[in-house]
Formats: sequence, structure tokens, C-alpha cells
Amino acid sequence: MTSTMTDHSKASIEADPQVPLIRITRDFTATPDQLFKAHTDPELYARWVGPNDITTRIDHWDCRTGGSWAFSNIRGDDSYSFHGCFHEISPSRLVQTFTFDGWPDGVSLETLTFTDLGNGRTRLVATSLVDSFEGRDQWLASGMDVGVNDGYAKLDTLLTEI
Amino acid sequence: MTTDQLSRTFAALADPTRRDLVARLTLGDATLTELAAPYAMSLQAVSKHLTVLERAGLVSRGKDAQRKPVHLQPSVLEPVTDWLETYRRQAEERYQRLDAVLAGLSATPNEAPAGGTR
Repeated sequence: MTSTMTDHSKASIEADPQVPLIRITRDFTATPDQLFKAHTDPELYARWVGPNDITTRIDHWDCRTGGSWAFSNIRGDDSYSFHGCFHEISPSRLVQTFTFDGWPDGVSLETLTFTDLGNGRTRLVATSLVDSFEGRDQWLASGMDVGVNDGYAKLDTLLTEI
Repeated sequence: MTTDQLSRTFAALADPTRRDLVARLTLGDATLTELAAPYAMSLQAVSKHLTVLERAGLVSRGKDAQRKPVHLQPSVLEPVTDWLETYRRQAEERYQRLDAVLAGLSATPNEAPAGGTR
């Protein structure tokens, strides 16, 4: 397990050996409430969910236990859409499903926890669980199609705006 | 990379524990003790897995007798673990954008909490 003493100021990733699960851990300078808000307020969520070279359009957002969501990533004439359900919405834990509409049979179960580390720091642990190891690798590969941009231009822009 | 080398790489990675060890070493060097900590298996069992990875050229062990840090040989691994590192980098980029959004929230401390009366 991850110790709270470990430095997670940069995202770290673990591929679970027992179940087809990916776990990402990252610490933030923020309170759990602020992280909760950034994940549940559609306007805020659209600003960071990315990737960098893509605009996110929220198509549907009913953020409550039993609710659902849908958004599209738009780059030029290309659009990639995603949808899922909000299974559980609580201040320290979000559970939701996630499907890339380009691969409608695939679904992952996303569990996010916000742990207060004190001193204005909060740890986010985000797990994605799929139904097979092959599925996990395909799932990861399909996410790459959306594109990776190494630039931090978008971050710089946000920093100067806020 | 020769076919033999690639076969050894894939054979070494056919085991879920060894895949996990490699995934964790993408984050940085670690000692045997550190690597073994999450598993319900002996240090010797983890060491055996590391020997398989070492023979496949995937990891090397340091000379420092005390720590013997295990080091990933990224060149051998590149084609195999690109996906994991790419995914990690995507997440880090995403969370750097989230950092910026959160910094904006911090700047407005007098905002009413969710569910507040005013």
C-alpha cells in the first residue's frame, strides 16, 4: 500500500498484479472539498480533464448518486465522446463508470478518494478497474488515441487567468 | 533488439508479479525490501523474480552492497512499457491542469461552502 510519507507530488502509477486495475496517486495543494468541487462542478471539470490540445464539452451532467454524465473531447473536426454513471457521490469518495463511445463494450469502474494529508495537502487516489487484463491493456491503448501533448501551454494559460 | 532478446523480454513479463515489479520500477530505483513490501511472499521469492528480469536484461542491480538498488533498463523495456508511462504522463498532465484550477479555488476562500445557507 501507499504510505502517506511517500512523495506523490508527481503522478505515480501502479498496475495491480492481482486484478486488472490501474492505480494513480497524486498529491495536491488543496483541501478535499476543493478537489471534490473540481471533480463534480462541470465547468471546472471541463477545464482540466484534457488532454492539452483538446476542448472538453460537457454534454450531460447530473452529478448525484445514481446520476449520469457525458462529455466530448473536440479537436478540430474530430470528436471523441465518453459517458458513464455516477454510482456514489460523497465528499471523500466518488465512484463512477467510464465508457469511451468509440469502444462501447468497454467500461471501467473509477473510484476516486480524497485523503486530507494536513497542511493544506490532499492525496487523490484514482483507480480504474476493467474486466480482464487484456481489457486493461486495450483500455489503456484506446485512451492513447485521444492524443498526448507534452506541452504545458494550457497549464500556463490557466495559471495566468486565475 | 534481436528476436531472442524480445522473446526473453516477453517471457520475463509473462508473470503478473514481474510486470508489477517493472511497473513500479518505472517510478524509480528501489531496493529488494522496498519492492517486496506490498506482496504476501518472501524476499527470496521476490529476489527470484528479479533474477528472471535481470537475465532478460530488464533490470540491473547496483553494486552498493548495503542497498543494491534495482534499476530498470529502459531501453529494453521501451516497446513494452510505453503504454504505462504514456498513461502516467497523461495523468500528470491532467493533474497539472487540475493544480491550476485548484489554485483558482484557493484564491476565493470566502466562497460559500457547498450546501451552505448563504
